[in-house]
Amino acid sequence: MDTLILSRIQFGANISFHILFPTITIALGWVLLFFKLRFAGTGDQKWVEAYRFWVKVFALSFAMGVVSGITMSFQFGTNWPGFMESVGNIAGPLLAYEVMTAFFLEAVFLGIMLFGMSKVPSWLHTLSTFLVAFGTTMSAFWILVLNSWMHTPAGFEMRDGVAFATDWWAIIFNPSMPYRLVHMLLASGLTVAFLLAGLSAFRWLIGDRSEGVRATLKTGMTIGAVLIPLQILAGDFHGLNTLEHQPQKVAAMEGNWETGPNVPLVLFGIPNEETRSTDYEIAIPNGASLILKHSPDGVVPGLNDFVAEDGTVQHPPVAPVFYSFRIMVATGVAMLLLSWVSIFFMARKKRGVESLPKPFLWAMVPMAFSGWVATLAGWYTTEIGRQPWLVQGVLTTEAAVADVPAPMVASTLIVYLAIYAALLAAYIGVLFYLARNAAKGEPLGTRIPAAPEAQVTVAAE
Amino acid sequence: MYLFGDPTTWLPLAFATLLGLSILIYVVLDGFDLGVGVLFPFAEHDEKDRMVASIGPFWDANETWLVLAIGILLVAFPSAHGTILTALYLPVAVMLVGLILRGVSFEFRVKAPIRHKGAWDAAFYVGSMMTSLSQGYMLGMYIMGLEVTAFTLAFSAVTAVFLTVAYSFIGATWLILKTEGALQHKAVQWSKGGIWGVVLGLGAISVASPFVSPRIFDKWFSMPEFFLLLPLPLMSGALIVLLWLALRRLPTKDDSFAWFPFAATIVLFVLGFFGMAYSFYPFIVPDQLTIYEAASAPESLFIILIGTLFVLPMILGYTALSYTVFRGKATALSYD
Repeated sequence: MDTLILSRIQFGANISFHILFPTITIALGWVLLFFKLRFAGTGDQKWVEAYRFWVKVFALSFAMGVVSGITMSFQFGTNWPGFMESVGNIAGPLLAYEVMTAFFLEAVFLGIMLFGMSKVPSWLHTLSTFLVAFGTTMSAFWILVLNSWMHTPAGFEMRDGVAFATDWWAIIFNPSMPYRLVHMLLASGLTVAFLLAGLSAFRWLIGDRSEGVRATLKTGMTIGAVLIPLQILAGDFHGLNTLEHQPQKVAAMEGNWETGPNVPLVLFGIPNEETRSTDYEIAIPNGASLILKHSPDGVVPGLNDFVAEDGTVQHPPVAPVFYSFRIMVATGVAMLLLSWVSIFFMARKKRGVESLPKPFLWAMVPMAFSGWVATLAGWYTTEIGRQPWLVQGVLTTEAAVADVPAPMVASTLIVYLAIYAALLAAYIGVLFYLARNAAKGEPLGTRIPAAPEAQVTVAAE
Repeated sequence: MYLFGDPTTWLPLAFATLLGLSILIYVVLDGFDLGVGVLFPFAEHDEKDRMVASIGPFWDANETWLVLAIGILLVAFPSAHGTILTALYLPVAVMLVGLILRGVSFEFRVKAPIRHKGAWDAAFYVGSMMTSLSQGYMLGMYIMGLEVTAFTLAFSAVTAVFLTVAYSFIGATWLILKTEGALQHKAVQWSKGGIWGVVLGLGAISVASPFVSPRIFDKWFSMPEFFLLLPLPLMSGALIVLLWLALRRLPTKDDSFAWFPFAATIVLFVLGFFGMAYSFYPFIVPDQLTIYEAASAPESLFIILIGTLFVLPMILGYTALSYTVFRGKATALSYD
């Protein structure tokens, strides 16, 4: 393998690992603020219980996000120097604003939010919780501005192969930004919704009947049931926006080779770039035309339009985009079914969690990580769908890669992969360990015993 | 934009100053919390908890200064960013792995099952060591102009050790300030053991830089610069003597002067940093690329500068708030 593909795998592995944790912290920050405000409003202890447990998940996720994020900020330089050299005038200020308006805010107030409850007035603690949630959301805003600009660049001019900003408003509010931002924020909300419900269902199944666990399970399922239809709608709008600006990506998602009307919606198949057709296709007639053009004879672009006369392929690799899109949609459908049927059961019998059939609770446990699956699959769809471009129409991925010897990239890649695998296992293990401890009603082991008195006695002797 | 004359002159200088400031704040702040990690094997079990408690609310924000520094290098001097980071590919990777290990260990050591705590403590120590050593190595390579020869490798190995000892020293002085009792006694002993790292580190860099580069030699040893710069080494020498005298008397009965070693070490780091900044100006890649050649387009720098002027005072303000909230001796970390 050469430096390009190894660097792509390395950055892909890094950003995949990284995004797992911000996806949790962006929405969980707001959920914690909700728990805190509910307690302030009702005085009900269950909200404190909920806060106490989930703030631990937040702290752990935040640390994982911070360290994997630092790694990425360095990899721009070590692996992709061409990116900053050619579009640095645009990417630079956006990243700088992310660090200045988001990173410091979250990092400083996280300290007060986690350890300051007994040291600062209640309002300052609530304000800190708000600022942490606000900071994570600001961070998402800036990074999605940059990512969207890479898909739908605007507000710049090229001089000698270097992009210069001409209109910052157009850069920030580039054509795909609003859709992508909404889609990602909803994805974060759904990830947290199912994580809340999943870990709470696990606690319930091992015998936890506390008010706190009831509250978080219901909160999770309710957020899930409300957000999933919104997400399907947002996804549809985002798809139409992509059709306008990156038709080759949509063609790959649909597995559609020839441009034309009455294009079927391929539910499943095996895209074959050799024969330039989709094998074993199961499809709904006119489906893709209906979804994308809202008319059965709507003309949908096909992949064959994106092959140069000399046979050079100018569209993304079809299979990964085609499959990840289907994984994302399938996960979304599973989320819809589980959350709506659960809410239906809970509402009909009015006995809350007790009225849920056991298999539902069991299904919720693996679904705790359904948000991760859908988010990753969605990101793979859009990012692989942009290839061979790094910045659509401006800079190819190949032109941006560093001239580092392949064995060096390979060896660091192996180390990163090993660490990420180990940390992911440790992270999931600790989530369930915390859940089991909470279910047993034991103190959660957050207190770090300091025993300064004992120390002083020793010193006095 | 033309407020202060030609923006292609003053904007790069403004950003070089911001970059320097971020690196300096990073080295001081993450220096002490990395140093606490380096000292881990010398501490008893329950002391480790208090050592972590002394840095727990701060480490994350401290590391953010590194992200800001690398961000400024990236946005203001993109070509230098590419040159430096691809030249330092492997040490950067070692540092990143180190930062990952120690960052997650803060959380895992108290949340994972108790039987795993020892392993996470070990990861915290190893991560802190990897980070400190690789930063010292990169400092050495930078001073040597990023060229790989047997001599520059040897020199960088030496700076790796010295910077790690220097971090352990500022970490120990932080612990003198933030702890009491037996641990504070130990921290004084650790400081005494580590001060030589600071002396030798500053010495090695001061001696080596002028001899590697004739340009730096001229900057230091021509008249009248020599006399104008003389206060820098003299003040450093005086501070080291004062530090040594203070360490022999600490800890005092009423805990007075517990702040002194940490404060003096910060001043020492600042002095050393100014010496280096003076030596290397106007180069950002030593003897290859100046800040003026490497700078981004003025219109991009200007829009960042406006934001910085608004946001930086706020960042400094709430950082001060955080250090005020968690002032005094470190107590057990708790979410309640």
